[in-house]
Amino acid sequence: MKKTISVLVENQPAVLNKITGLFSRRAFNIESLAVGATDDKSISRITIIVDSGNNVVEQVEKQLNKLVEVIKVRTIEEHHMIGRELILVKVSANTRTRQDILNVCQIMGGKIDDISPTSMTLELTETTEKVELFLELLRPFSILEVARTGLVALQKGTGGI
Amino acid sequence: MKVRATKAIVECLLEQGVDTIFGYPGGTILNLYDELYDYQDQIHHYLTAHEQGAAHAADGYARSTGKVGVCFATSGPGATNLTTGIATAYADSSPVVFITCNVAENLLGKDSFQEVDITGIAMPITKATYLVTDAQTIPDIIREAFAVAATGRPGPVLIDFLKNVTAPNVEIEYNPLPKKDHAKEGRLAVWDKRVGWEIRTPEPNMDDIDKLVQWIGEAKKPMLICGGGVVRGRADKEFIELAEKMDAPVAITLMGGGGFPGGHPLATGMIGMHGSQASNIACDTCDLLIAVGCRFSDRVALDPQSFAKQARLVHIDIDRAEIGKNVKTDHYVIGDAKRVLELVNERITATENPQWKAEVFSHDTHVPVIESDHMTPDQVLRTIYSKVPQDSIVATDVGQHQMWSIQHFHFSYPGQLLTSGGFGTMGFGLGAALGAKVGNPDKMVLHMTGDGCFRMNSQEMATESHYDIPVITIIFDNRTLGMVRPWQNLIYKKRFSQTDLGFAPDFVKLAEAYGLKGARVSTVEELEAAMDEAIAWGHGYVIDCVIDTDEMVRPMVGGGSAITNFMLT
Repeated sequence: MKKTISVLVENQPAVLNKITGLFSRRAFNIESLAVGATDDKSISRITIIVDSGNNVVEQVEKQLNKLVEVIKVRTIEEHHMIGRELILVKVSANTRTRQDILNVCQIMGGKIDDISPTSMTLELTETTEKVELFLELLRPFSILEVARTGLVALQKGTGGI
Repeated sequence: MKVRATKAIVECLLEQGVDTIFGYPGGTILNLYDELYDYQDQIHHYLTAHEQGAAHAADGYARSTGKVGVCFATSGPGATNLTTGIATAYADSSPVVFITCNVAENLLGKDSFQEVDITGIAMPITKATYLVTDAQTIPDIIREAFAVAATGRPGPVLIDFLKNVTAPNVEIEYNPLPKKDHAKEGRLAVWDKRVGWEIRTPEPNMDDIDKLVQWIGEAKKPMLICGGGVVRGRADKEFIELAEKMDAPVAITLMGGGGFPGGHPLATGMIGMHGSQASNIACDTCDLLIAVGCRFSDRVALDPQSFAKQARLVHIDIDRAEIGKNVKTDHYVIGDAKRVLELVNERITATENPQWKAEVFSHDTHVPVIESDHMTPDQVLRTIYSKVPQDSIVATDVGQHQMWSIQHFHFSYPGQLLTSGGFGTMGFGLGAALGAKVGNPDKMVLHMTGDGCFRMNSQEMATESHYDIPVITIIFDNRTLGMVRPWQNLIYKKRFSQTDLGFAPDFVKLAEAYGLKGARVSTVEELEAAMDEAIAWGHGYVIDCVIDTDEMVRPMVGGGSAITNFMLT
């Protein structure tokens, strides 16, 4: 079962290391991880997606709370969450396929960031499901490279962590 | 006022009331040691033979005094030599501040001589690590480090100063601040305001207390477990009051030794893998089990699924992360053991459970005495116990001698038993004993060890001799790795792979080489004479007790099996 954990931390060296260490020492894998400063530059938000049993996530959440550098931890429930990730996809493109790729991109609400005689680089910011679908639709055109940010998420409504 | 950075470091230690440091110098920490030279009348530094010994000594000092221990080491190998000691303190929640110095900033990250990322290495075995790159942050970080080590669930903290931060020409703004005001300034003050930050010990939830009080009232067969949290929280008086009011039998974990008097009529002895019949069976038959400051480790709740399944299981712990970690409990109270028990004691009425007690105490609370032609561990322990004051501090290493000592001795106050329960560190004992003796000069300190363990850190006899720290070392010498051999005997079809230690040195000569005295004994009479001599001599003494190779720790429950499933009785 996938869980989204949002953590506010002090923006300091090695904090990320300490946090990921809590996962790795329990031998489980982080599916995605996104880090960035918040409106307050001294505080970063880390969004972690893990796929694991409830108990493990609960234990990690408690351990996260014990770290000196951690300010707040919250598991965000799926139906309370606005989650987005950004993907950049480089696909091979030629005069024959360019229009079809453009169609896919437009239907999905993506953008063309770069174009060359033999390739196109597309950008999409969407939920993970839509990003997966985007990739699926582009696959027949031969994908050359992919970069994803991992999900960033906030809670719906005025409430936050 | 402007002061030298190293002076600020030492002044910050004095703010914390530090008067004892165990450590070992080296290239990168020389500036700090140079500063220490001017503070010799205020801070006693004990130079050990090895950094690991210093780490265990600081740990033993902390466990036995209840104060925060302090340990110094240099960069690279000095720092990595600490790691076993740090992990030992972490596993048993012992508050120690480890201070190391790293190479200067211009050499950092260049694989410089004696450079290692010790804050990275120590990350999973400390409550917090600090890499100090800016001298101005020294007071804030040291104050924070001590607060983190000592508050909530205690534990070790590591501060690594870059060498340039400690350079003699570096001056910082330092304003002395009494310890009680530390939480009002700097980072600690920022935390204080933060929601969710629990540097202060959480105040117990009253609804949780009320529910526990109600359950206590409803219990017909109540049982208590005294864990290490009772010892760390110095909650022994409150625990005794609870047990007596509830009239409930008390099983004591390895780390709980000293939290509840072993000789108390309600004590059922140790619980778990080498627990007594009474303790283990009572856990399996009670209707209410209250575990205080215990984390249900795999040596207590051997099979978490079946552990106390029939009972209402209540967990009292200071650390929220311990709740439900190993065993699923029916109710919990989060808070400092002392505070929680105070609140509970105020609210319960005294009761009596003669029938239940009769049932529990019909089983053995002590280890059955097995007759032998040789001097038995039981005889060794009874002889020693009869010769020493009952409040003697006992530091153990890890293995059979550890279990025997804890099963036989009756510990009656927190800090009387020093043992590496969580991490199981062979070689912990001598350092810990030295630290304890330094912190408690009026108490007799015994170091119980095995021939395997003693060889791991026996070089600390040099420290013992040099500073004349009188500790009596008792070696249970069976010329084998005694805890492992029985497993090979029972489980591995007598294939004794690499557990024979028959090639050990002459421990008496070794002790003498360090300037101590020693005796090798193989009968009770010889042991009595050696103990008399050791006590009369008043300096470090090593007694090498020859026991049989095939002695076992009884009782024994196999790992992972139900707690009443005794392999050996």
